[in-house]
Amino acid sequence: MKICVLVKEVPDAAVQKRIDPSTGRMDRSGEKNLNPYDTHAIEAAMQLKESGALPIDEIVAVSMGPESAVRALHKAVSLGADRSVHLTDAALAGSDVAATGYALAQTLKRESPDLVLLGQQSDDGECYTIGAVVADHLQMPSLTQVIKIDVEGGALRAERQAEYGYDTVKVELPAVISVGDAINEPRYPSLKAIMGAKKKPFDTLGTADVDIDASKVGGDNSAAQWTGSKPPPQKAPGIIIEDEDTAETVEKIVAWLDERKLI
Amino acid sequence: MGNILVYALHYKGAINKNSLGAVSEGAKLASAIGGECHAILVGEGIADDLCASLGAYGAAKALRASGPEGLAQPVVDAMAAAINSGGYDYALFGGGLLGFEVGAGLAARLGAGVAMEVTAVRAEGGKLVAERPILGDSAISEISFRSPVGIVIARLNAFEIAQGGTGSATVEDLAVELEPFSTRASMIQRGEQRGEDVDIEGADVLIAGGRGLGAAEGFKLAEDLAAAFGGKAGVAATRAVVDAGWFPYAGQIGQTGKTVAPKLYLAAGISGAIQHKVGMQNSENIVAINKDSNAPIFDFSDLGIIGDLHKILPKLTEAVKAKKGS
Repeated sequence: MKICVLVKEVPDAAVQKRIDPSTGRMDRSGEKNLNPYDTHAIEAAMQLKESGALPIDEIVAVSMGPESAVRALHKAVSLGADRSVHLTDAALAGSDVAATGYALAQTLKRESPDLVLLGQQSDDGECYTIGAVVADHLQMPSLTQVIKIDVEGGALRAERQAEYGYDTVKVELPAVISVGDAINEPRYPSLKAIMGAKKKPFDTLGTADVDIDASKVGGDNSAAQWTGSKPPPQKAPGIIIEDEDTAETVEKIVAWLDERKLI
Repeated sequence: MGNILVYALHYKGAINKNSLGAVSEGAKLASAIGGECHAILVGEGIADDLCASLGAYGAAKALRASGPEGLAQPVVDAMAAAINSGGYDYALFGGGLLGFEVGAGLAARLGAGVAMEVTAVRAEGGKLVAERPILGDSAISEISFRSPVGIVIARLNAFEIAQGGTGSATVEDLAVELEPFSTRASMIQRGEQRGEDVDIEGADVLIAGGRGLGAAEGFKLAEDLAAAFGGKAGVAATRAVVDAGWFPYAGQIGQTGKTVAPKLYLAAGISGAIQHKVGMQNSENIVAINKDSNAPIFDFSDLGIIGDLHKILPKLTEAVKAKKGS
């Protein structure tokens, strides 16, 4: 069996993110990293493989993004993926979530995975949605924000928190599952794995290689169009106290609470 | 044309509050673009009354489709069937988890544009423009649609519930054939579990704990402080610590938990992710204690303390007790 893990390169958490005012797209320059949620997806794949619960032969990391995304794929491989696939094409730049999901689904079709795993959200925006888009294109059952996966009779038994509490859902394979960060504690890559990552098989593909209809992708062809931006309503900034002397800090908090009749 | 289809999530005979908000907003927007607001419910044996009750929130029609409850893909099938029969320009979802899944799946099915985490929608020249905060709410981007159908997924509590409509919605049964893959996921157990019932919605003072508490035992600090305040004071939690099993689900604030607005919300060891913020941002006074000075919670707290909660909370508890006793 084969697991494909969708990974994404995102701006490093320490980078101040901004929007390019001329395009409305995120300025993606600056330090980047593998989306932290995706490391949980790779770990989930590794645990399924190592437990022997499913006969997993191969874990493949798949990413769509500019040339720099290679580094995110190398990191994914250092965390356990056997090889990686990079979809990169100027025609894809600026794709909205629907177009991105379509392009990723076309890439996944080439791999015919038995299970697609991904992080439930990315640090830089597209929240919760990409898994469901990909699943519909692949015509696979799907569940997002999963925090526990067990294998039962060749199917997955997945747990997640939804509107009314915890749901347990049986999902038959092949399937698309997005995972939350409570699902596991990702391992650290060994030095050997980091050094070896660049030697693992790596495919670079363009839109033509995976039958992507160019009229359905890219910023200009996306159905959701950014038409402007504005500042949020301003709220008066709060008071910030740095705790140096805790007794003094507590005194200040109590005075603040007292002033507002909260005690 | 110009009709808006709103997904109405229901559970145990009641419509979800965020869905009621979405129906109310959908009715307002539909009238602005010259159409009607229709609601759609998917489940087994949904009562006529429940469907018709959406009329009070402005739905002209309630479509009822038969299918499993609590799963997104059967709802995608039902909404796609309704939309493909014509007349709809937009699909609208209130905040929550299923809305994201259904809306995203529907976007793929219809080749439609989708806007997520939307906090406001306005009508402009017969079309809708969605406003979505981005980059940690530091800017708001405006999104319009060029596909025949636009999909809007709101953030939790984005829309107010308004009982503007008169009478009841016309109930119409919608025949839907589920896609084969939509039946390959099935619900084994649905809802609640994880811990006892805690009442946080009626509290005047809430001490909320996050990962920064370090362990389940860390909640003792929050409980002691709440006890020091006395009266209607309670303890609440973030999703991360509920998922980790440190605190019962009933005490969870945010996206898939509760929405609260106490007089005082004291967040201890909570970073302030959007999913948490949407459940507590209307609190009258917000105090945050966090050792990370970059934590987003400091952007929307009235009083922010950068420091170690394990040092501060015990002393604060003593000080509050002393103040109460004086």
